[in-house]
Amino acid sequence: MRTEIHISGLRKVYGQVTALDGLDLDIGEGELFGLLGPNGAGKTTTIGILTTRVLATSGTAVVAGRDVGKDPVGARRMIGVVPQRPNPDRSLLVGENLVFHATYFGIPRAEASRRTDALLEQLGLTDKKKAKADALSGGQQQRLMIARALIHEPRVLFLDEPTVGLDPQARLALWDVLRELHGQGRTIVMTTHYMEEADQLCDRVAIVDRGKLLALDTPSELKAKAPGETIIEVTLDRPLPDEPLSLAGVTRTEVRGPVVRAFAERAAAAVPSLLSFAESRGYAVKDIHLSKPSLETLFISLTGRKLA
Amino acid sequence: MNGKVFGALLLRDAIVARREIVALLVRTAFQPVLLVVVFGYVLPSMGMIPRGYATTMVPGVAALCLSMASLMSVAMPLVVDFGFTKEIEDRLLAPIATDLIAVEKVIVGALQGFVSAAIVLPLSYLVSGRAAGLSLSHPLLLIVVMLLTGAAFSSFGLWLGTVMQAQQMQVIISVIFVPMIMFGCVYYPWSGLEHLPVLKYAVLINPVVYASEGLRASLTPAVPHMPLVAIFGALLVSLAVLLSLGLRSFRKKAIT
Ligand SMILES: Nc1ncnc2c1ncn2[C@@H]1O[C@H](COP(=O)(O)OP(=O)(O)OP(=O)(O)O)[C@@H](O)[C@H]1O
Ligand SMILES: [Mg+2]
Repeated sequence: MRTEIHISGLRKVYGQVTALDGLDLDIGEGELFGLLGPNGAGKTTTIGILTTRVLATSGTAVVAGRDVGKDPVGARRMIGVVPQRPNPDRSLLVGENLVFHATYFGIPRAEASRRTDALLEQLGLTDKKKAKADALSGGQQQRLMIARALIHEPRVLFLDEPTVGLDPQARLALWDVLRELHGQGRTIVMTTHYMEEADQLCDRVAIVDRGKLLALDTPSELKAKAPGETIIEVTLDRPLPDEPLSLAGVTRTEVRGPVVRAFAERAAAAVPSLLSFAESRGYAVKDIHLSKPSLETLFISLTGRKLA
Repeated sequence: MNGKVFGALLLRDAIVARREIVALLVRTAFQPVLLVVVFGYVLPSMGMIPRGYATTMVPGVAALCLSMASLMSVAMPLVVDFGFTKEIEDRLLAPIATDLIAVEKVIVGALQGFVSAAIVLPLSYLVSGRAAGLSLSHPLLLIVVMLLTGAAFSSFGLWLGTVMQAQQMQVIISVIFVPMIMFGCVYYPWSGLEHLPVLKYAVLINPVVYASEGLRASLTPAVPHMPLVAIFGALLVSLAVLLSLGLRSFRKKAIT
């Protein structure tokens, strides 16, 4: 597989905050690639650099053969971008948003109109063509952003949490669109907070946190790497002292405020001992949550956090 | 390729400007015309100021309209574009150098100022009873002065629009624009400041002065005005300084 996106030693510092801390990543041509990470992990910053909107502090990023720092104009010609927050051109109507965006890429007007109609149809926005961009709901705006990113048929597509705010039906429709584009051989990079989405859609997934790459593999390989343990999360009514607990049936524990996270081979054995521990110390149990070995448990064990 | 993209960006702004032309005129042309009604018609009719005052005032008011319209038509949309919604992003993703996106804004702003002034000028002329001494004998000079002034002030708008926030607008208008207008030789000719030497030289830092004197030089060539060399020199320097300030802050805003 040819490399379509090459990232090496990428760093981005905002004043005191290190958003990216030496990221190395290669994404192959035609790959549907997922970036997974908790809030503030550096996903949007990564996409920002790859889409020429953020200047890296150091390191290099090459998209479709163009170094984004040295040849941003060349890179822009190759990419389509769905931003995390919809930002339609509010001075234009919905249809015009698409037609104009296409003309910014040198596409003749007639062709731009034809593609606009096709994309509006595909994304269920045909009846909104003459509406003001402002008059769209959040999910409709999100779909408009997807149409806008596709209208100039870019070689590489970046989507920053594209399914946030979509209803289940629109989400599945977007999955279909992405699978179709993937089938056409386009390279797609998406960030997401949904494990299921990464699992079902992506060829490979990178888990990032605090600007660093923590894991990188296919979803099934990652799942195989997940701790072979169930994670039991017990929320108590008040914080615990942060010290390891030794309980029957529990391999190890982590304490964060009122939350005890216990790793266990067999949940059936661990849950009763956790409950009796809480009772004996006079805590009330507010919530108990079990995660089977999955991308999610891997994510939790790597980042120490649940996805938002 | 760049030319095509630039053309598409121009077309987008032209279409949006055409839709908002009435709002622009109300904002930038209404007040100048009313000023001419009062100072060029009402007060002279009452005998409180001489009729000939309109000859001084009409070019000044046209310059005021031209500079403020150029400035506002770039600054206001930019404040929104770079505001919370970041809606300029679809243009920043266009395959064209970021500086050219800013230059395109400056060109459209200058043209909007030109249109505003081109409407205010004949209206003022009529309202003031065909202000004596106004002539169109130097149309080319007039057009060049107007375009140059428009470009300098829309560059000013590029700068303000990328450094200020929407909430600061009111303060900027009262603290910067009002003195610029009052000391911009809009209501009096620069040569009239002969008796106030300190003021005469202090106002030279104000680009509105060159806009006013430039229009005087084009519309009332017989009346004493600043030498053309000084006017052009100062307008070009203003354009260069404001455009480079504007481009720098635009880049900073566009790419973080
Ligand atoms: N313009 C900025 N100025 C200062 N700090 C910033 C800026 N943009 C991002 N950051 C910081 O950089 C870090 C990474 O942010 P980024 O937006 O890349 O995270 P993310 O993974 O996209 O998170 P989320 O899931 O919440 O979207 C955060 O700590 C954030 O506060
Ligand atoms: Mg983000």
